[in-house]
Amino acid sequence: MSDQDRISEVGNTGAGTTYEEPLLFELSREGRAGYSLPELDVPRVLPEEILPEGSVREDLKTLPELSEVEIVRHFTRLSTWNAAVDFGLYPLGSCTMKYNPKINEKIARIPGFLLAHPRQPDALLQGFLELCYELESQLAAISGMDRVTLQPAAGAQGELAGIMMIRAYHEARDEQRTKIIIPDTAHGTNPASAALNGYKVVEVPSSDEGILSPEAVAGAMDDDVAGIMVTNPNTLGFFEEHMTAISEIVHARGGLVYGDGANLNALMGVARPGDLGIDVMHFNLHKTFSTPHGGGGPGSGPVGVKNLLAPHLPTPVIQKEVGAEGPQFRLENDLPHSIGRLHGNFGNAGMFVRAYTYLRSLGPEGLKHCSEMAVLNANYILARLRGTPYRIPFDRTVMHECIVSDAELSETGVTTADIAKRLIDHGYHPPTTYFPLIVPGALMIEPTETESREGLDRFVDALLSIAEEAKTDPDTVRTAPHHTRRSRMDETKAARHPVLKWTPEPPT
Amino acid sequence: MRYIPNTDRDIEHMLEVIGIPNLEALFATIPESDRLRSPIEVPPSVSEFEVLRELSQMAARNANSDTHDWFLGAGTYAHFCPSAIDALVSRAEFLTAYTPYQPEISQGTLQAIFEWQTMICELTGMDVANASMYDGASAAAEAVLMAMRVTRRSRIVATQGLSPTYLEVLRTYIDGLEAELIVVPRGPDGRSEPIAPYVDSETACVIVQQPSFLGTLEDLPAAAQAAHDQSAQLVVTVGEALSLALLTPPGEQGADIVCGEAQSFGVPMSIGGPHVGFLTTRKECVRQLPGRLVGETVDSEGRRGYVLTLATREQHIRRERATSNICTNQGLCLLMATIYLALMGRRGLRELAEINLSKAEYAKQRIRATEGLSLPLEAPTFNEFVVSVPDSADAALERALNAGIVGGLKLDGYAPDLTPSVLVCTTELVSAQAIDRLVEALSGSGR
Amino acid sequence: MSETEIPANLKYSAEDEWARDEEGRVTIGITHYAQDQLGDIVFVELPEVGRALEAGEVFGVIESVKAVSDLYAPVAGEIVAINGDLESQPELVNADCYGSGWMCVIQLADKSELQSLLDAEAYGRHVQERDH
Repeated sequence: MSDQDRISEVGNTGAGTTYEEPLLFELSREGRAGYSLPELDVPRVLPEEILPEGSVREDLKTLPELSEVEIVRHFTRLSTWNAAVDFGLYPLGSCTMKYNPKINEKIARIPGFLLAHPRQPDALLQGFLELCYELESQLAAISGMDRVTLQPAAGAQGELAGIMMIRAYHEARDEQRTKIIIPDTAHGTNPASAALNGYKVVEVPSSDEGILSPEAVAGAMDDDVAGIMVTNPNTLGFFEEHMTAISEIVHARGGLVYGDGANLNALMGVARPGDLGIDVMHFNLHKTFSTPHGGGGPGSGPVGVKNLLAPHLPTPVIQKEVGAEGPQFRLENDLPHSIGRLHGNFGNAGMFVRAYTYLRSLGPEGLKHCSEMAVLNANYILARLRGTPYRIPFDRTVMHECIVSDAELSETGVTTADIAKRLIDHGYHPPTTYFPLIVPGALMIEPTETESREGLDRFVDALLSIAEEAKTDPDTVRTAPHHTRRSRMDETKAARHPVLKWTPEPPT
Repeated sequence: MRYIPNTDRDIEHMLEVIGIPNLEALFATIPESDRLRSPIEVPPSVSEFEVLRELSQMAARNANSDTHDWFLGAGTYAHFCPSAIDALVSRAEFLTAYTPYQPEISQGTLQAIFEWQTMICELTGMDVANASMYDGASAAAEAVLMAMRVTRRSRIVATQGLSPTYLEVLRTYIDGLEAELIVVPRGPDGRSEPIAPYVDSETACVIVQQPSFLGTLEDLPAAAQAAHDQSAQLVVTVGEALSLALLTPPGEQGADIVCGEAQSFGVPMSIGGPHVGFLTTRKECVRQLPGRLVGETVDSEGRRGYVLTLATREQHIRRERATSNICTNQGLCLLMATIYLALMGRRGLRELAEINLSKAEYAKQRIRATEGLSLPLEAPTFNEFVVSVPDSADAALERALNAGIVGGLKLDGYAPDLTPSVLVCTTELVSAQAIDRLVEALSGSGR
Repeated sequence: MSETEIPANLKYSAEDEWARDEEGRVTIGITHYAQDQLGDIVFVELPEVGRALEAGEVFGVIESVKAVSDLYAPVAGEIVAINGDLESQPELVNADCYGSGWMCVIQLADKSELQSLLDAEAYGRHVQERDH
């Protein structure tokens, strides 16, 4: 298809205000501009005259030339191709796609937050440093940890920081431990974070009840184990009932306990990881504390530690000093046992502002109510799916998410992925599929607290109607979605012959 | 609670369907001794307008580029962000979507990432760009880990021209691996000393920042030669991405991996984050590249579309043997940068870079002509440079602050040999008149 | 699942590679069962010619869209040829795993090592056991 043909697709395609949209580079027309720059009030310098020979580049020929209105339309049209939480239920298990309050966005855009610089002197940054200090304190209170660093830019970087602190702790005691225990239900980031620290991963299986047994951990525990990484509630949605006993087993042999806080949304005001023997854990501000996911990020992954790991926190740490002029906040860089720095600045500061706004809006009762409603919603979905063609692999009270399996539908020739795709036709972003790995055909459903009862009913009805359809009209399910602007994509082609950027078509 | 739809009646009905008497029973699987029996010790909630008032007061205690003339850069740059960016990224369809796992309902995010990858490749002169990293510092660290995988070597040669925080992050990342880091000192003109003597057959990569932390332009072809003579990789990291609009792309000067921080492209300073790192490489190394990648393909009816691809490099499939543990990208910030690059476009971005250069040259000329101030480093610069001040950096910056100016970064701790000095950055936001006032304040001549 | 093909004239490893011996030059590939389990193959990473391998050593990687698997040397020896076509046409592994989808040729270090591999019947049982 030539550029001109693609251009002709713009506009009404016979489907109302449904637009096809070419790439920016195909829309570009020489001479158009979307910028406005001030008159130069200093003498104009010619780069070629003052920079070394060969150091000035040629034209940026691939960048487009477009007016502001064309660019605004381009991205507005692209946006309409996305599903999003503000459209409706987005039950992507493990991702906690809750509503992102609008006040968070407004406050993050106040110039004193949006237009301030990370390296301006502490004295010119007191409002932000106070916010960080308070956010750290509140996260510590929620989790039962002693200290918190906000620096990690995402949950995975938080894991990395946490495991680094565990390593630093052992090294400070002259112990060379080589292994980390990880349950078979863990997120892939756990083993990857352990490996980045040079640790070998020892996988332990879950019990028949879908949780970790103290016996399994004891069997894997020895003096070479630096620690264990536990997600609680785990990725099957269950509270790790033996957490305290497991912590004791690991501590008794000198190991430490890492808590993956991805699923903290179930526990606020109900139980605190710090009370269960967890020594270090990360928070996902973009899951539990309502900061937006933004099409994949930015996340923010603060880490809480018990005092025994505090000397190893990343630098800088924020300190509060109360003097004659009231409290002052300053940055402390001098921590001889710190693991060092993980981020060029403080971390994803704009997310701290949003999360803090959320905490101030909710307070202790609000936080607890969120967790209660998240758990209620998940159990309601599970209850409604009981006795239907969906199998419940571990039928017990769940926390914030539930796992069902479509295994009984497999004889219809319909796969888990097909059901997920058919849900799109019913207006839902599909749940997480095929995870955790130990449940064949898993659909991992996390409704979050911000969904209504009737919204959940409609979702369950959609799942049931797909199960029925799988028997009566499997082809329709197998070829779903049918009401999207693109049907199933050829992922094999994309991977076999990668096209990872646009290139101009050669002149014909 | 305005974020929660269910009422007491809904709750009652739902408990009945579940078959439990009360909300407490939802948590029956949590052992009694594990429960929290008192409210969380956080302050009570306040209403929406009270939150706004409280946080506005906090914000008011932070100086910012609206309240002061701004000459502080050092890795985070005060460029103007056109209004269309925030209007577009505030659209809920972008803001409240997740990682585009389901391509049929994520084409908006996917196509934007594909456009970002294309523009970053153009700016850096490289073949493949990923869908972003957390920030410039972790992008540099991931670039080095990648070079170690590609070469199967573990010695790293970094120049002192790297941002000190990038160097710190790099040290943190390699600490758990058996790797050695060697730092090439800065030469008298502000550029790196010759690098070749530091590179040997065990060297995985040479990593150079362009422009350097102190603003000087490094000799990349020489760095490439030094690296390639020993079959090591050249990693170039870029702290001020706007420089890419002006300088020869690192990919044309021998770089094997180009990474950096794209905050300059329409992403607000936001106290240092969220920003957006980029990471690029040559085609043949794509399978060692960490992070998400978007590729073009077709749907079942042959229509063009985009998907996440080459996912087998990543942690959710390869687990402990993944290229990185990275999971999120900086989706929203890369979208800001993509919109920015579209708005500035082919000509605007270059023009803006030349404005920055011209402002810096004007400032340097004024400094040379001012008693008490000097330029200790002779190497050419882009929009940032070191100024030696007469008394102390603290005193000079305090004078600037009294004139309503955030005058730059005190270099005492970063470059002791240059003390007293200040790192000054001139973007399009500073007027000639503000530059004149800065020069006066730093020199103390206005007293 | 389609009927798994296990040619009688080849030897097999428990890691789902096949081996065809031609006077000490052993051609290696992955079995029909393995390619079926992986799905659409999108990439095959092969070693350099000249590399010496121990038996059981990882010598390459094979990727489908959503899975990745190591390739293990079924026998020790030196790599004397690789299938360059797989670089641009990884789909050959799906289309013809025992023919044009071959991966490499190893010059055997010790001929007796072939005896330790499974025959078609034993490999067939091995596949069946895992499916249940």
